[in-house]
Formats: sequence, structure tokens, C-alpha cells
Amino acid sequence: MSGSFTPSENPVGYIQHHLTNLSIGDGFWTINVDTLFFSIILAVFLGWIAKKVGDNLNPEKPEGIQNFLETVVEFVEQQVKDTFAGYNPLIGPLALTIFLWIILLNTMDLIPVDLLPWLSSAVGIHYLKVVPTTDLSATFGMSFSVFALIVFYNIKIKGGLGYIKMFLFHPFAAHGTFAKIVLMPVNILMTTIEEIAKPLSMGLRLFGNMFAGELIFLLIALLPFWIQWTLGGMWAIFHILVISLQAFIFMLLTIVYLSIAHQEIEEH
Amino acid sequence: MNVTATLFGQALTFGVLVWFLTRYLWGPMTQMMQARAARIANGLEAAERSKHELELAKQHAADSLRAAKQQAAEVIAGANKQATVIIDQAKEQARIEGQRQLDVAVAEIEQEKSRAKQELRTEVTNLALATAEKILAREINPSVHGEYLDNMLKGL
Repeated sequence: MSGSFTPSENPVGYIQHHLTNLSIGDGFWTINVDTLFFSIILAVFLGWIAKKVGDNLNPEKPEGIQNFLETVVEFVEQQVKDTFAGYNPLIGPLALTIFLWIILLNTMDLIPVDLLPWLSSAVGIHYLKVVPTTDLSATFGMSFSVFALIVFYNIKIKGGLGYIKMFLFHPFAAHGTFAKIVLMPVNILMTTIEEIAKPLSMGLRLFGNMFAGELIFLLIALLPFWIQWTLGGMWAIFHILVISLQAFIFMLLTIVYLSIAHQEIEEH
Repeated sequence: MNVTATLFGQALTFGVLVWFLTRYLWGPMTQMMQARAARIANGLEAAERSKHELELAKQHAADSLRAAKQQAAEVIAGANKQATVIIDQAKEQARIEGQRQLDVAVAEIEQEKSRAKQELRTEVTNLALATAEKILAREINPSVHGEYLDNMLKGL
């Protein structure tokens, strides 16, 4: 495949081409190289900035990025304080990482849709999906990591038996032994759905928003060039909101879910 | 658009990033911000305390000033009183001295008077003797009647 499409000639091909990952392997064991590449690059970038600021903290006269990061850290800390019942030193940095990393990953969406694929095709790479959060693997990678933490803290706080009891007697509580046994299958089903829905909804929400945003940029790119800047500009400005909002929602849900996981099981 | 093994790579990246940010950003920064907040609180507290101390010092200074003024007034009043006393004493001394000098003068005058009297007496006697001598020159021999005359002079 030549890799370069003129949008107006073959719109479907153009969009499909843009939505194809640069990948190695087959089936489940496919590795999306572009997703990993941009995620890791941005993670390294974020880590580099964090280390640079963290090593040169100036308590007297905070400047530049330190100022910005202090604001973000304080904001996240406040969210954790407001939402998270109990104390766990992991939650703050976890939420901060989610917030900043997702913002960076999402921001890739603001780079003109054809720029990086065009540059990469010039060096012989014909498929490139620039925004990692438009890849379900990326969003699920994060949301299932959070899910693993949810399960871990559920078991740590409630105990293995408590965790099982949560599935058996929740959400429908009864007083009689017979009623409890009758309600058990329903409870197991409901709680399982409830728990599985957490990472699925988090991952799908982020993916859906970013994918839709990317798709609209692609559709705008199909328009005649003289109108593109109006719609593209408007959508980009609106998309800044989506980028930060999705990062914030992902972060907040992480805090909320982990807070729930930290609560002792209530006796019905 | 399927979920693939990329997920594991993403999760791993995520985990490493969380660890890294905890270690190098969140930890130092929250510590620094806490320390700063504590320092600001301390500073404000110290400022409040020094304000209080300043208030106390001001009050103390005002008290000292008032006490000094009072003391000065007392000193002046005491000095005035003492001056009056000294003046009175001086007046008294002057009066006594004057009296003494007057007495001395009176005594001197008295002495002078008695000496003059004495002289006068001698003079008068001599005069009387001379007169009597002249009168009695012919009749009385001073050597004969001298004793008698001396006795008379003593009786004067």
C-alpha cells in the first residue's frame, strides 16, 4: 500500500488508513507500536519534567513549570482529600499521574491529523495513529491497572472473606437465612456487573471521547482546504475542554472507586 | 481497534510512571509545600508575637516616661521646698548675726562711753585740780593735801 491518500479521492480509505495502528503480530498478541511509542515518549517527557522540577524545587520563589505543577499537585491533593475517605499515600501520586499523562496523551489530538503520518510516511512508515488514547488498549491499560488496585485494596481492607461476602450479600440485603440464599445468585450477578463496569466504563469513556474527536478532525480534513481552518480551529478549541475534562473525569473516578474499595463492608 | 497485548505495555508504562512521579515529583513537592506552609505559619505567628511585644514595649516605655516625669516633678517640688527652707534658715541666721553685731556695737558703744566718761572724769579732775591748784596755789601745798585729794578723786 502506498500509504498516501488524497482525502477527496477516497474518503473511506483515507479515514480507515488513519485509524489503522502501526502494529506487529496477529490477533490478541498484536503490539501497537505507535501507541506504545507515543505513550512511552510522553511518559518519559513527563518524567523528565517531573525530575527536573522535583530536583530544583525552590520553596522561596517558585517559577515557571514548578508553579504550574504546584497548582496541579495542590488541585489533585484537594480532590483526594475531598473524595477519598481514609489515608493511602498512593492515591495522590496515582491520581496526579493519571491526570497529567492523560492530558499529554490527549493533547496529541491537537497536532494536525496529517502532519505526523505524513512525516512518518516520508521515512517509510505508512501507518501511524498518533493519539494513544484513541487506542482501546491504552485506555484499558490504565483502567484495568486501576481495577487491579481496586481488587487489591478491596481484599486488603475487607479481607478475602469480606470481598466474597460483598458479592454474596450486596446490593440486595435480606434478614432471613432463606432470603439471603435466594438473593445470592442475583447479588453475585449484580455485583460482578457493577465491578466489571468500573474499568470498562472508564476505559470506554476516555476512548470514545478521544476517538470521536479524532474522527471529527479527520472528517474536517476531508473538507475543501479553505474551510478547514474555521471548523478545525473551532473543534480544536472545543477539544481542549474535552482533553482536560476527560483526564479529570478519569482521575476523579479512580479516586472515587478506590475510596469505595477502601470502605469497610457494611453489615446489612 | 481491538484490545491487544499493547495493554500490558501500557499498564507497565503506567506503573513505572506512577512510581517515578511518586518518587521524584509528588514526594519532594508535597514535602516542600508542607514545609513552606509551616514556615509561613511560623512567620505569621512570629509577626503576631512581635507585634504583641512591640505593644508591650510601647506600653512599658510610656510607663517609664510617666514615672520619670512624676519623679522629676517630685524632685523639683523637693528642691523648691528645700530652697524655701534654706532661705528661711539664711534669714534666721542673718537676723541672729545682725542681732549679734548690734549687740557687739552696743557693747562697744557702752565701752567707748565708759572710757570717754573715764577720760572725761580724768580731764575734769585735772581741770578741777588745775583750777584748784591755781586757787589754792597760795594756800595749799599739793604735797601736803595730795593724799586728801586722791581720796576724794577715788570717791568720784
